[in-house]
Amino acid sequence: MPTTRTDRLDIRSSDDVVKVRQQTRTMAVEAGLSLVDQTKIITAASELARNTLDYGGGGEICLEVIHDGSRRGLRLTFEDRGPGIADLAQAMRDGFTTGSGLGLGLGGAKRLSNEFSIESKLGIGTKVTIARWKA
Amino acid sequence: MAANETTNALAELVRDNEKEILPEWLELQKRAGSLQTGRITEAELSQQSAEFLHLLRSGLAQGGGEVASSAYAPAREFLSNLSRSRALQGFSPTETATFVFSLKQPLFNSLNRDRRLAPAELARATWAFSILLDELGLLTFESFQKSREEVILRQQREITELSTPVVKLWDGILALPVIGTLDSERTQVVMENLLQHVVDDSAEIAIIDITGVPTVDTLTAQHLLKTVSAARLMGADCIISGIRPQIAQTIVHLGVELNVISKATLADAFAVALRRTNRAVTKVKSANGEDAKAKVASAEKGE
Repeated sequence: MPTTRTDRLDIRSSDDVVKVRQQTRTMAVEAGLSLVDQTKIITAASELARNTLDYGGGGEICLEVIHDGSRRGLRLTFEDRGPGIADLAQAMRDGFTTGSGLGLGLGGAKRLSNEFSIESKLGIGTKVTIARWKA
Repeated sequence: MAANETTNALAELVRDNEKEILPEWLELQKRAGSLQTGRITEAELSQQSAEFLHLLRSGLAQGGGEVASSAYAPAREFLSNLSRSRALQGFSPTETATFVFSLKQPLFNSLNRDRRLAPAELARATWAFSILLDELGLLTFESFQKSREEVILRQQREITELSTPVVKLWDGILALPVIGTLDSERTQVVMENLLQHVVDDSAEIAIIDITGVPTVDTLTAQHLLKTVSAARLMGADCIISGIRPQIAQTIVHLGVELNVISKATLADAFAVALRRTNRAVTKVKSANGEDAKAKVASAEKGE
């Protein structure tokens, strides 16, 4: 899929989560997403960026404005080299958390995106990719 | 000492050639666009340039081999002040450093014009000038950076002080208009502030307005819910207002259950709060029959 713009940001502190949201907003506008879609992907980005920070011990995000024929959208890839997730199905279940949050972040991010994929290897890290297309 | 001889020779050279160096330098600065933005006038620029050239010359005359030596203290101070004022005037770092770096060419030109110098001396003098100006240029960069950092620090302090105030809308009704992100340490302060006001005003209803919150994710929702529960334990009901359509849809997709009364606008929430406390807003007729402004009639029912 052709990409028109790629951007990378480090996620090392909670200030970076704010930066991720701002950059996601900028690129969502660039991809022509509607206000509702913008808000959805920004919220999903916020969830995943915080997961990267809190559970992955920091990592990075890759933001891409993508084209598929006449469709345009925004794809975000979060990668960390943290401990990995032992049970993906359990992690995706609403209300499950190993931390102190609501346990809705991963499931919520999936529901807020058009495309969602997650790969995780114990001891190696976790990679989450989401995309939101212009409706 | 060879270094001293070199700097003395340079000092002489600058003194003898000032008439050529200064206009040439000014011309280069103008060509680099120092005046284009109109942030400083030509008179200011030429005054600054002349002053710096004098300070540089006196530094050289005192035999200063290194910028860090005391001979250049006045020149360093002048440059720091200049960089600071330019940083505040909105010059870019390049534009600021150009002030020093553009002096290189006129100085080298005057060295080249000086026929008395042997090639070896010329090379040594050129090298000395080059090092000196590079160091001075870096100094402008550093001062520029420092003054920018000061600005950032000041703004950061201002933002922290920008605490969200809890406002009293009516007896027993408080409102907290939240602005900005709700996932920082600031949240804790804001929320504690609200709970304290609930106690102080023995409030029955607290309205948390999130019109100014750009993103509501699970952490934000969790903070909100915790505050609502805490307020409830203290006998105050919370109403969340300012939920925009896109935020509402997002919260639904996230799967967060906001078990709180919520309203689209602060006005709606206030209306609910008034109703809850047995109050109503009515229009009153003025003496001449025209409608006066709507007033809150605090006619408490029952007693």
